[in-house]
Amino acid sequence: MELFHGVNVDWLRLKWYFLGFSLIFSVAGIMSMGMHMHSIGSPVPLGVDFRGGTQVQTQFQQTPDTNRIRQAMDAAGIKDARIQGYDVASNNEVLISLPIQRDESSLDLGRQQIVDALHAHYDNPFTVRNVQVVGPTVGKQLERQALLATLYSMLGMLVYLWFRFQLIYGVAAVVACFHDTLITVGAFALLNKEISLTVIAAILTLVGYSMNDTIVVFDRIRENLRLNRRESLPDVVNRSINQTLSRTVLTSGLTFLTVLSLYIFGGQVLNGFSLALVIGILIGTYSSIAVAAPMLVAWQEWRARQGKAAALPAARRARV
Amino acid sequence: MKKNLKNKIALIAAVLLVCVYGIVGVPSGVSGKALTEAMTKRIHLGLDLRGGAHLILQVVVSEAVSAETDNTVGRIEQDLKKANLSFSQVYKPDPVKPDVIRVEGVAAGKASDMRTALEDKYSTEYDVAGGGADASFTLTMKPPIEKALKDRTVQQAIETIRDRVDTLGVSEPVIQEYGLGDNQILVELPGIDDLDRVKSIIQSTARLEIHAVVGGPYKDDQEAMSSAGGAVPSDEELVHGSGTVGNGSESDSVWLLHRISVVAGQDFRSADPGTDQNGRRNVQFTLTNDAGDKFYDYTSKNVGQSMAVVMGGRVKEVATIQSAIRDRGEISGSFSPEEVEILSKMLRTGALPASLNYLEDRTVGASLGADSIKQGVTAAIVGVLVVMAFMLFYYRGSGINADLALFLNLVILLGFMGFSGATLTLPGIAGVILTIGMGVDSNVLIFERIREEVRAGKAPSAAVDQGFAHAWVTIVDTHVTTIVSAAILFMFGTGPVKGFAVTLTFGLLANLFTAVYVSRVIFDAHLNKLKPGELVSI
Repeated sequence: MELFHGVNVDWLRLKWYFLGFSLIFSVAGIMSMGMHMHSIGSPVPLGVDFRGGTQVQTQFQQTPDTNRIRQAMDAAGIKDARIQGYDVASNNEVLISLPIQRDESSLDLGRQQIVDALHAHYDNPFTVRNVQVVGPTVGKQLERQALLATLYSMLGMLVYLWFRFQLIYGVAAVVACFHDTLITVGAFALLNKEISLTVIAAILTLVGYSMNDTIVVFDRIRENLRLNRRESLPDVVNRSINQTLSRTVLTSGLTFLTVLSLYIFGGQVLNGFSLALVIGILIGTYSSIAVAAPMLVAWQEWRARQGKAAALPAARRARV
Repeated sequence: MKKNLKNKIALIAAVLLVCVYGIVGVPSGVSGKALTEAMTKRIHLGLDLRGGAHLILQVVVSEAVSAETDNTVGRIEQDLKKANLSFSQVYKPDPVKPDVIRVEGVAAGKASDMRTALEDKYSTEYDVAGGGADASFTLTMKPPIEKALKDRTVQQAIETIRDRVDTLGVSEPVIQEYGLGDNQILVELPGIDDLDRVKSIIQSTARLEIHAVVGGPYKDDQEAMSSAGGAVPSDEELVHGSGTVGNGSESDSVWLLHRISVVAGQDFRSADPGTDQNGRRNVQFTLTNDAGDKFYDYTSKNVGQSMAVVMGGRVKEVATIQSAIRDRGEISGSFSPEEVEILSKMLRTGALPASLNYLEDRTVGASLGADSIKQGVTAAIVGVLVVMAFMLFYYRGSGINADLALFLNLVILLGFMGFSGATLTLPGIAGVILTIGMGVDSNVLIFERIREEVRAGKAPSAAVDQGFAHAWVTIVDTHVTTIVSAAILFMFGTGPVKGFAVTLTFGLLANLFTAVYVSRVIFDAHLNKLKPGELVSI
């Protein structure tokens, strides 16, 4: 069985559609981030590990009533508690969160207070499944760490591609990755989903994945440029995308299936993680065809307009 | 050619065997239960999978700096008095800057003498400045000295916490420095979900004391009592312990000690293993000023007598007083290197060197961990089966090849986990799933390329050759970039994210072997059996 045998699509003719599509999603994401920035002070809802604060995950024996839990909190004098159901309702799980505690020496009081309040004012036996207490220092530190990790990983890949191909390939691939990250984070903002430490891991994974996809296309472009030096760059790019299309669709499809199984069966803890990957794999596949490759051509045309020699075809012999 | 192929197959079988050993070791039986048991022993599960407590503590190192400069203030006062240099006061001017000491009111004309005296004794640890018109000097602790002191404080706190956690009987606790130079400590306690108990034990002060020995060692309480004349006097007490220096035996013995300690926990400033002038091993310790005076009084009157190191209410070591000791002393005896290490550690871990702040804590209940394992494993198995089924359907005969490579990849990945002692976390399972995706990608790249070459009219073996050669370049590029990003994740990431980076890196390395080498060998074996004119099933 074979799919996409002998496809011949002029991808570059579609570049304005691609640009429009990318712009719509990026702008929607950015606008949503702006709205979040205005309402909660950060561009996306942050998980407790970044935001700081106390979060107690409890499982009740009988169906919990959030109003009664709130009354229990009020009766114990706990202010600003946020109470929300967690996972599927039949699990009887509730997340009770407190805002960040500025004073680090009294950081741990909130957890005990919540547990005591439930014992005293709500007659529904429960077990504590998970507790997270994060102070302001650690939250900030993690935020910085996550940003640095993303930046460094992009830089590392840029350097590797520069070494293996040429600088413009590296730049195009990194721009495509940035595009994917922006749209994925934007999607979290739009869906009002929290970004936690594991979601950051997923975003870094999708950066690697998107890069992977882009490199497969670039590799073919490099190979074709060497084989046929008279062909124009747009033709080479189109042909390369078409030649690798069946691989791109197959791999993306299969990886998408594994990630989808993670999203469906992986449980609540991995929910955000797998959601980021589900979105990221779709966008990452799209961007290697619609963002990275057209950028090479756009750069070439820009250089031609500047009156400089075409630099891409066989400018440097590829090291294999 | 044939022989070469056999060698390759033998190599693959050997790798498979070694990795299976890595996963289960030598199981006690072949039943499912024995295998699972053997596997859980080899593959370490993270806190998120088996439940437990995760704490991040910050050592308030400025307290240690402050204690050190407090001491120095005392020493300066004594030294200057001894040298007959007058001053109005030695003090620390700014509570926010515990590393600065000022000496004020220096007598006119004595400034250069004062400078010499101060630099003579303190210039290795402090920058000495001043001596001008305001008749005062400022001593600032040198940054490298301060840094070393802070590092030592964090290390001491880690050792103290480790000793205390040991009393909890937690298996495989993790206590290590955390973060980038922020004086933080990470404590991970698998299987603990009662945080209050943990915290009270970590923060408790298990006191270290040195007591004068009245008599001992005795076999038991009776013997000790009778030697004390039937009853223990009110200023003495019976203390059990296993001091190995005094009697050379490990068994429980009883000593009769003075009830009031000579020096106790917070009196120790430091303790390190060393050697005396005869080259024998000993433990060198320093005391704070007050304790030094007290200790001098006691030791000068009791040369030749024994003193006992008591920790947590038990005699740990008994040593003989060789000479009068002030703030610097040594405890000697016929120590083995281990004993010296242990003794100095005990002296050091007596008390926490500075107080601790809790920055973060997470507790995962064991039931949540079990649910997570179930869900993660289900997701992984479903993912693998779907992918395997698709490969068989799409690539027919070659699909078997891909599925074998995929299976071997998982075995090698788990084998790596078993050998390296790396921790499998929930995001780690996600990393495994991603590895499956990348593994399939390599096979798809190769197979699609072979199909292209077949379509171009190449003979089966040439097509396979070309397919692998071309795909190899791409596979290296994609794997290296992903490993680069995983390595960066590992370096900058924390706990759970690290677990993800670990499985992803191991998985990708294994994949380079399985998708390229193993897959190639299977193809070659298949090509050898092809009749002329027959095509590869792809």
